[in-house]
Amino acid sequence: MDSAAAALLGMGLAAAGFAGAGVGIGFIFGKMIEAVARQPEAEGRVGKYMWIGFALVEAIALYGLVIAFIIMGLRK
Amino acid sequence: MEENPLHPFELQNYIPISLGGLDISINKAVIMMWVVVTLVTLLMVMASSARKLVPGKLQSLAEILVDFIRGIIMDTMGKDGMRFFPLIATLFLFILFCNLLGLVPGTYTVTSQIVVTAVFAITVYGLSLVLGLVLHGIKFLPGILIPPGTPWWLVPLMVPIEFVSQVARPVSLAVRLFANMTAGHTILGVLFGLTISGGLLIGWLPFAFSVAMNGLELGIAFIQAYIFTVLTCVYLGDAFHLHGSEDHAH
Repeated sequence: MDSAAAALLGMGLAAAGFAGAGVGIGFIFGKMIEAVARQPEAEGRVGKYMWIGFALVEAIALYGLVIAFIIMGLRK
Repeated sequence: MEENPLHPFELQNYIPISLGGLDISINKAVIMMWVVVTLVTLLMVMASSARKLVPGKLQSLAEILVDFIRGIIMDTMGKDGMRFFPLIATLFLFILFCNLLGLVPGTYTVTSQIVVTAVFAITVYGLSLVLGLVLHGIKFLPGILIPPGTPWWLVPLMVPIEFVSQVARPVSLAVRLFANMTAGHTILGVLFGLTISGGLLIGWLPFAFSVAMNGLELGIAFIQAYIFTVLTCVYLGDAFHLHGSEDHAH
């Protein structure tokens, strides 16, 4: 396998990390719905933390994207 | 699809200036930063120049912003943290306006350059270290490396772990903001590319999706500015209250 193909494969593999973030985001919103169904008056306060958690999980997925960019930069 | 998806993030120098080997050329990012600084300054100066007991539209907006930032500081650092209000407010407003103005087509998102976010992150983290050393002296260093209540036999294990977690703080702070902005604009660029190459028959689908993405990006722009500010407050608060009771988000 030549190194250009390996770099492309590596960039694709770096995107596999998005699966974990998908699980995480699903978990966050699922728990949020559970919490609000149980205690509707807490929606305002719980919602704030939900959005923080959502953004933190999403950022972790994007670290994979950064790794893909690094590989793309090394490819030349 | 040979087009580089990162092409929109490349910068061309409009006026090349070199100061003793230091490249301080004027490019799109620099102009955008000037625009952001001017807008924030104008908004705040105009809102506070004619203060009234019953606020008008502009004053209400400024009051909401100031109240919001005060809320973040009081929640994470307590009353001591109000000393840092100017720094935190400047950071928040600058990042928020950079993120939001970058969504206007034809402009440039300054926070999609890692050098900008890295300077912010290193400044914040360096400030928290200096602050901790000034306030607590040399016992600040074992204070941040050994969590309270660690049994003595766990210390050789905890010190490397905590060291890595400390080093990861500025890195994750910088990369989080940079990657979010870059990824959002890359997705929008890819969707617009699909719209054009799809033609009328199928092109409306990615176009509709890009409208929804734009809405999400508006939210992300605000949330990322908010998270950067909250984490800044948490890090500075950690330096304030060594072994504080509040749990910190990594």
